[in-house]
Amino acid sequence: MTAKLLRALVYAGTVVTVAVLAGLVGYILLNGVPHLEPRLFEWEYTSENVSLMPALVDTLLMAVLALVLAVPVGVGAAIYLVEYARSSSRFVALVRMTTETLQGIPSIIYGLFGLLFFTTVLGWGLSLLSGACTLAIMVLPVVMRTTEEALLAVPGAYKHGGFALGAGRVRTILRCVLPSALPGILGGVLLALGRCVGEVAALLFTAGTVAQIPDFAGEGILALFDSCRTLAVHMYVLASEGLHMDETYATAVVLIVLVVVLNTAANFAAKKLKEEM
Amino acid sequence: MIGVEELLPVSEEIGGLSAPLEEGPAKMRVKDLDLHYGSFHALKNVSLTFPKNEVTALIGPSGCGKSTLLKTLNRMNDLVEGCRIDGTIELDGENAYTDIGVNDLRRRVGMVFQQPNPFPMSIYDNIAFGPRTHGVKGKEELDAIVEQSLRDAAIWEEVKDRLKESALGLSGGQQQRLCIARALAVRPEVLLLDESTSALDPISTAKIEELVGELASKYTVIMVTHNMLQAIRISTKTAFFLLGEMVEAGDTDALFTHPKDSRTADYVSGRFG
Repeated sequence: MTAKLLRALVYAGTVVTVAVLAGLVGYILLNGVPHLEPRLFEWEYTSENVSLMPALVDTLLMAVLALVLAVPVGVGAAIYLVEYARSSSRFVALVRMTTETLQGIPSIIYGLFGLLFFTTVLGWGLSLLSGACTLAIMVLPVVMRTTEEALLAVPGAYKHGGFALGAGRVRTILRCVLPSALPGILGGVLLALGRCVGEVAALLFTAGTVAQIPDFAGEGILALFDSCRTLAVHMYVLASEGLHMDETYATAVVLIVLVVVLNTAANFAAKKLKEEM
Repeated sequence: MIGVEELLPVSEEIGGLSAPLEEGPAKMRVKDLDLHYGSFHALKNVSLTFPKNEVTALIGPSGCGKSTLLKTLNRMNDLVEGCRIDGTIELDGENAYTDIGVNDLRRRVGMVFQQPNPFPMSIYDNIAFGPRTHGVKGKEELDAIVEQSLRDAAIWEEVKDRLKESALGLSGGQQQRLCIARALAVRPEVLLLDESTSALDPISTAKIEELVGELASKYTVIMVTHNMLQAIRISTKTAFFLLGEMVEAGDTDALFTHPKDSRTADYVSGRFG
């Protein structure tokens, strides 16, 4: 009897989850797809034509820049914690506690920090760079924790095999441990990417809302200090202005497609990499 | 490298509990070894000599320290936090901990583990990993080493047409012979086998036992085993451990038929362990 009840509950849970997800995506597609007009993909944003193209490019720039900053540091820190540090050391315990705490902090706090530190103290203003640095700090714990877990999940036998053949620590980690951890690490990077693409609060404070593509061709590296808005911020601005609801839904469709495309690409890359190893 | 003829005869080292193995020139030598894991005294004043080109078996009940001793011979215990070692380990008369670099030591003293542990890469890359680590780059040279190592480990015929396939697709027994081939590929002088057949079926075990017998002509083999019959079948020397002490060591035949110590007699006659 209890078994049947439990079964019914589990089924119900599944149905509700799928229904909510399908309903949500369906609602957005229904409202957004009819308004996906070519003019939304023009390079120039104007008050009359709220093109999402600048925001789309900004999203990619912002996410890539944030990941370029966060991934090497996060993966490196995780390798240190798992492979180099003594597991009993207080320093490791402290780092673990810090990352766990950071993971639970609301993004607006990161935004506030970014506003105070990057935009004000360092004087970078509301800019691509301020935003990306803020996002990088925000996703750093995610990258670190997932990489750590991926490394810990690699059988110790691989590491011992490498050491026993006279391979030093670096070669053993690079060739025997990291390849097996790579899918897990990429999973973490993907999670971080998702958070970068979906973030609004932290970016309002640090990157601003100017709908333009930083002019790298004209300004060179200084374009890093241009303000820009990502798709999520774009949606927030449009929705709060309330003048362009149809375009907002259309933007949401593009955002969903973008996330799906990035996910698929990352999974494909992970698979390819694993085959190569 | 010091030639074996320059080494002192083993019989000079008699003392205490440690009746050393006799005859044959020494390849590796353990002197007054004490090992602690934190506060646990895992090996107590062990002295033992391993003769060149012979198979030495380390036997004893679980927790007696035989695997621990094995792991000190190629410094794998370095990876264990809180492990402290006093005493000396020598390879060809050189101190294995101070005179020889750890990576060089591990190249010269190869190890095969209890569970087969092929890397998640192709059969070829598994074997080539060691030589590449130690600087072999030419494809022809690598090809030759891979083939020779697989032949020496008696697995060439089974895998020669699938060298590019993942090693994880092999059976357990094949994986273990692959691991032996991988260890042989760096041209070691000593081969450590840590209960290397205990996870395998009887047929695979028989194959590996036969293989070890053949390897003894070229390598010094030191094996830990739970299986006394296996020690009798393939080793020429045996050392018996109990609670971190080396109780008795000598010719395998003598140790099993005329043990000098009553504890050895109890163990080999199956009264405990």
